[in-house]
This record gives sequence, C-alpha cells and structure tokens, in this order.
Amino acid sequence: MPLQAETAYLAVASNFAAIASKIGQKFEQKTKHHVSIVIGSTGKLYAQILNGAPYDLFMSADSLRPELLETDGQVVIGSRFTYAIGDLVLWSQQHFPADNSIEDILTATSVRRIAIPNPKLAPFGVAAEQTLTRLGIVATVADKLVYAENVGQAFSFVATKNADIGFVASSNLATWSNNDSALVKEIPVHLFDPIRQDVVLLKRASSNIAAIAFMEYLQSEEAQSIIANHGYQLAPP
Amino acid sequence: MTELGSVIVTAKLAFASTIVLMIIATPLAWWLATTRARIKPFIEALTALPLVLPPTVFGFYLLILFNPESFVGSLWLNITGDTLAFSFSGILIATVLHSLPFVVQPLQNSFESVGKESMEAAATLGARPFDAFISVAVPLAKRGFLTAAVLGFAHSVGEFGVILMVGGNIPDKTRVISIDIYTSVEILDYARAHMLSLGTLIFAFLTLLALYLINFRNSEHRRVF
Repeated sequence: MPLQAETAYLAVASNFAAIASKIGQKFEQKTKHHVSIVIGSTGKLYAQILNGAPYDLFMSADSLRPELLETDGQVVIGSRFTYAIGDLVLWSQQHFPADNSIEDILTATSVRRIAIPNPKLAPFGVAAEQTLTRLGIVATVADKLVYAENVGQAFSFVATKNADIGFVASSNLATWSNNDSALVKEIPVHLFDPIRQDVVLLKRASSNIAAIAFMEYLQSEEAQSIIANHGYQLAPP
Repeated sequence: MTELGSVIVTAKLAFASTIVLMIIATPLAWWLATTRARIKPFIEALTALPLVLPPTVFGFYLLILFNPESFVGSLWLNITGDTLAFSFSGILIATVLHSLPFVVQPLQNSFESVGKESMEAAATLGARPFDAFISVAVPLAKRGFLTAAVLGFAHSVGEFGVILMVGGNIPDKTRVISIDIYTSVEILDYARAHMLSLGTLIFAFLTLLALYLINFRNSEHRRVF
C-alpha cells in the first residue's frame, strides 16, 4: 500500500477509452490512487502534449507518436511499451448476404456512407485507408467516405445509422451493449499494418507514484486479460 | 482536395444560409413584432434557444433527426435520394437553425420600431396589409434587414460545433473553414491554421466594420436633417 494516494491523468486514444476506464477502476480499488481519463484521437492528444497538456500517461493508438515523443525528450526513458494490438472491423446495422466479400459490401449501392476515422488524426483511420488501398477500391468508394474525428465518432455515426457502415475498432463493439449489429466483419490482417498501441510515461510524471503504479498495473496479468477480453491482441512478450 | 476547398464551402454555406434565414425570419419576426397572441413568449423563447444552448445539444439531436430511419431523415431520403447527415443540405439546416436568433431579433426590433401608427396611416390611405408591409414597414426597417443579414452571414461563417458533429469533414462538401482550422491544428499544420485563421479574422472584422460604418453614416444623416 502506498503511503499517499495520488492522481494520474491518462490521455487515452478513443478506441481504448472504455477499457482504460475499466482497468482504471480496478486499479483504483487495488491501490487507492486515482486516475482521471482524457479521451481523444491520437493525433489530437499528441498535439496537446506537445503544447504542454498536463497529462501523465499517453496511451496512444499507434507506436509512431509515442516514439516521436520519445525522440523529442518528452517521456521518461525506457517507459514505452506496447499495451495492446488493435483489431480493425467493418461494422453495420444493415444485413448483407453472407457470401459477400468486403469489396462487395463496401461497393454495394445500398451503402451510401462509409464512416472512417480521419487518417490524419487516428491510427485506425490509417488502417482503414490501407485496407481500401490494398483492396484497390479507394477511387470507387471515395464519394461515400465520411471522416470522423476519431474511431469513437466513426462508431457513433454507424450507431445512429447516419452512416451505413464504418471501420471501427473491435473494442468499440466489445463495449457496445445493443446486440443489433447485423454485420461485423473482421478485416484480414494482410490488408493493414498492425495497429501497435504504445503507452509512455510523460516526463512531468517521472515522480508521480500513481502514474508509475498504473504503468506497472497495465502489464499485470489482470490488466492484460481485460485487454484481451475486449477485442485486442496482446504484444508478444 | 483543393487548397481552398473549405473557403468555397464556407462561402456557399454562408450565402445559402443567409438567403434561407431572411426568407424564414422575415415573416416570423413580423409576426412576433405585431402579434398579441399568448403563444408569443413561447415562440420567442424557442427562437432564442441557440443563443444559450451548447452546439453539442443541437448536434446530438440533429444526428438523431437525420437518421435515415427517422421520420425526417426518411422523408428527406425519399424526396432527394440523399441522406441529411454528412451532406451540404444537412450542414445548411444545422447552420440555419443555429443562426436563427441572430436574424430574427434585429428584424423584430426594427419592425417594432416601425410602430402601429405608420401601418394604420397606410391602411387609412387604402393600402392592403401586404402593400403596407412592402411600402412602409420594409423601407423603415432597412437597417434592421441589413443588420440581420450581416449577423446571419457572419454567424454562418463562424459555425463550428454543430458541423463538427453532423458534417463528416468531407473535403469540398462539408469541410468548412472552422473545421479545416481545427484539423490543421490537430495535425500540427500551423501554417495552414494561421493562413485560414488570419483570413477569417480579417474578413469578420471587415464585415462588422462595414455594417457599423453604414449604421454610423445613417445616424449622422438623421442628425443633419
């Protein structure tokens, strides 16, 4: 037991927000520390950190931005590790014939709007764009694409049925309570580069015992099994 | 994406929304200025809501309203073949709703200052109500029309929160300047953010300056005569 309870401010990529708060709750019960979670797209949080945002931990949806922060001297050296590997899925509340391929579905005339996270801001958007490129249908579906702020907004566009279909994180579905998902199609891993999600301890938190304890807890078996149960793969040890 | 795509979308949106706003707001403001109906305070409160509500409230309800399976959404889809969310029509509706008080209130104020007497005088001279409105009320309320149009236009140029929620950030369709600036800041493209922000700032200042200059001159003339 720590002598003193402290608060850690976590900047969390929106695909991981729900799971981070679950892990945060367990962590709070265990340690009596507090965690406070800020949700946003990876790009947004990264820009905020560069501009001095008061976060202790950055749970990115990619490994690129944590690496950039590391080179920039913004993180505690040696703190970076991969906490989860994201899975990209295609999600819709419409029904499609079972034998339809991903290309068939995306190019179907009944699909007017395809929600994707903005590739400039969100790693899941980069993966969605790679998928469209590798399927060779970028030009065909270009007019259907609507860009969400982050993977959470892409999910909500489909949830409110304003978009017919969307590229979302499999973790979004794991935390979605309604069971009316008519279509959930995993995107095969050869269609996009692995979404390695890294976490770093930011420099200002180098002596924040709550933040340091949370970094340790994130690597515990308990936390890792929560992550694995919510649509993520774990990094090979 | 064309370099100035968001500028063109914003200009189109602001012009279209000003026209729609003037068409909707003129009869509404006239009615509010002249009616003695008990329902008037309720309509006034409804019209003023955008002044106090956060844009997220509008954005959230519009997303639900625009859903192609909702009454409004499906009606629109049947008529136009397009969905409301993520379309130019969608952000136009959002902007018009959100800018309504900026147009209704100056119009209503100037209609109220036209006064019953002038309208009654016109009626005594045999003018029908609509004639009297066109030939007496409209010229007298000229400044109100100008103020309303400029404020409606300027507020439409500055629309952000609602469009962020229902627009879908589509280049050349729903990506307006304010969203473009927001995204540029997020991706650390400060050069673009500066260019667009400074342009918008200068434009907004010049628009308001023109309005106040015209009002200033008009009031000087009045003093002279």
